[in-house]
Amino acid sequence: MDKLKIIVCVKQVPAQTDVKMDQEKGTLIREGILSEANPFDMYAIEEAVRLKEKYGGEVDIISMGPPQAGDALREAIAMGCDNAILLTDKKFAGADTLATAYTLASGIRKIGDYDIIMCGLKTTDGDTGQVGPSLAEELGIPFIGYIRKIIDLKEKSISLERVLDDYYEIVESKLPVVVTVTKEANEPRYPSFKRQKIAKEAPISTWNLKDLGGKKERYGTEGSPTEVIKIFPPPARGKGEIIEGKPEDQAKILIEKLKEKKIV
Amino acid sequence: MKKIRVIKDKCTGCGLCVKACPFNSISIVDGLAVISEDCKLCGVCVSECPYGAIEMLKEKKKADLSGYKGVLIFGECKDGIVSPVVYELIGKGKELAKETGEELYCVILGKGVTEKAEDLISYGVDKVFVYDDECLKKFRDDPYSNILIDFLKKIKPSIFLIGGTAIGRSIAPRISSSLKTGLTADCTGLEINKKDKNLLQTRPAFGGNIMATIICSNNRPQMATVRYKIMKPAEKIPGYKGEVVNMKFDKEKIRDRVEVKKMEKIEGDLNIIEAEIIVSGGNGLSSDKGFKLINELAKSLGGVVGASRVAVDKGWISYPHQVGLSGKTVRPRIYIACGISGSAQHLAGMGRSDFIVAINNDPSAPIFGTADIGLVGDLYEIIPELIKNIKNNTFIKK
Repeated sequence: MDKLKIIVCVKQVPAQTDVKMDQEKGTLIREGILSEANPFDMYAIEEAVRLKEKYGGEVDIISMGPPQAGDALREAIAMGCDNAILLTDKKFAGADTLATAYTLASGIRKIGDYDIIMCGLKTTDGDTGQVGPSLAEELGIPFIGYIRKIIDLKEKSISLERVLDDYYEIVESKLPVVVTVTKEANEPRYPSFKRQKIAKEAPISTWNLKDLGGKKERYGTEGSPTEVIKIFPPPARGKGEIIEGKPEDQAKILIEKLKEKKIV
Repeated sequence: MKKIRVIKDKCTGCGLCVKACPFNSISIVDGLAVISEDCKLCGVCVSECPYGAIEMLKEKKKADLSGYKGVLIFGECKDGIVSPVVYELIGKGKELAKETGEELYCVILGKGVTEKAEDLISYGVDKVFVYDDECLKKFRDDPYSNILIDFLKKIKPSIFLIGGTAIGRSIAPRISSSLKTGLTADCTGLEINKKDKNLLQTRPAFGGNIMATIICSNNRPQMATVRYKIMKPAEKIPGYKGEVVNMKFDKEKIRDRVEVKKMEKIEGDLNIIEAEIIVSGGNGLSSDKGFKLINELAKSLGGVVGASRVAVDKGWISYPHQVGLSGKTVRPRIYIACGISGSAQHLAGMGRSDFIVAINNDPSAPIFGTADIGLVGDLYEIIPELIKNIKNNTFIKK
């Protein structure tokens, strides 16, 4: 391999996952919500930076979002990524996973040559986990999900360990490839002060629809087959019985309940 | 396709829309509301604006969808055994097919799976399409995706449901991308809109804090992955008549860029998704030693051990035990949460258990809001009492 090139996809998400709904108004209570890079993406960033440290090369970071999503990219640069690209355009708004994957694929094609594309398992807001595999299909390259270990990297292939629910597999894939990285893979680093300073001043390339080209009708709402028609709070579970008192009495009451359920 | 815009003449810059927007996508700039790119077009601001200054524009260009018929289920098999989630999909699929007046189909891939087809029919499936071949013995991303893409182009179902397993989640987005249709992840509710027969797909988002209903009105098939252990499994319908269709595929066309070198089942009592009884430990255990006690309680009940994210992050127990948004979703008959406060993320993973027990020394812990029965106290005192009682009871039974 001449020079290893990894691209990591990152999304900026609301920092507080404990967003609650206002039951009366049916809207989200979002006081104190800040934005951050999607926590699941941290494992992809860390894995990419580790590969770079081992094999050389460079790591690009790409995101689609509003102009302020650049903050998430700076977090990635602080962790060791080299170049940041933000895909932003009014026309990208309202994208579902299909349109998001198309937009990211357009941005990745514009970057040019690459060996590995890494994504987080899913995001903490949308929570779909669909963009990674969709992206692979858009780019016409293989997809390997749920990576927990990268075993070896060769000129034209990569061997990986992944988890499929109750199975684990060792697979070897041709490059380039899209992978999603689980939290078992690594422990994301805390950036050094020096890197944070570099990140603060790092340039972020901003590409809009004109820069990307492609089919206009595949971006944003127009390119999104799915449509959210309603949001509502999850049904509350009825409040249960609270038992206080001596441990031996509490235990007896619970055992009675478990007997009713034919558990004991 | 929808578009949203602010009517500048009507906007007063009052900011009510800014407060109403669930996605933080509106700001006031120079006294006017400005909707940013990350707008999800949910329309909440439209109804909230007292001046009618925000409008949603709908461009109607209806596609002809009449060629798409039938509800199709992906009959995931592992080692020649039909995955349990498939029976849940069949149960739900049958309901949906009844509503739309269409047939229920199932497609299975594997080696030696033809014999499974007859059995699937007995659960109410009208047609089972079988790809039975040596090269499909184990799941492989490329061949499975490619065969299914070709298959869907041929049979054109109106709905395609896939189990939310690692395999299902890996291939479904590739199929929907290839067909350029919609895919809704991890649905917990599915029903047919009586008016237009569209599939209403409901799923949790934002860590389970909100529910969203999603439609795919202008593309087919309407694809959804479905969360495991949510839908009721189908029951056998005695004497049900269906058809088994053996499918052929062009082996040359099945490119495989990935080679599986090794595949092994993860050993131990780790399959917490299937477990009927789960005893979970969290931060309240204070140390890894607590899991010895949790394990003992789980064993005495014939159950398995789960954990909260905190316990896993602290290294007290391994990740496959983790229950919650970033771990596994479980739906056991009994879930006993010990020393788990009950974050929204944890509740998202176990909130649908049949019966939830919480043991926690903090009476204000959110877990008590979800538990059917809550014991307030020291788990190190309560659990040994429980174990003692369970042993006594078992003894009496014998």
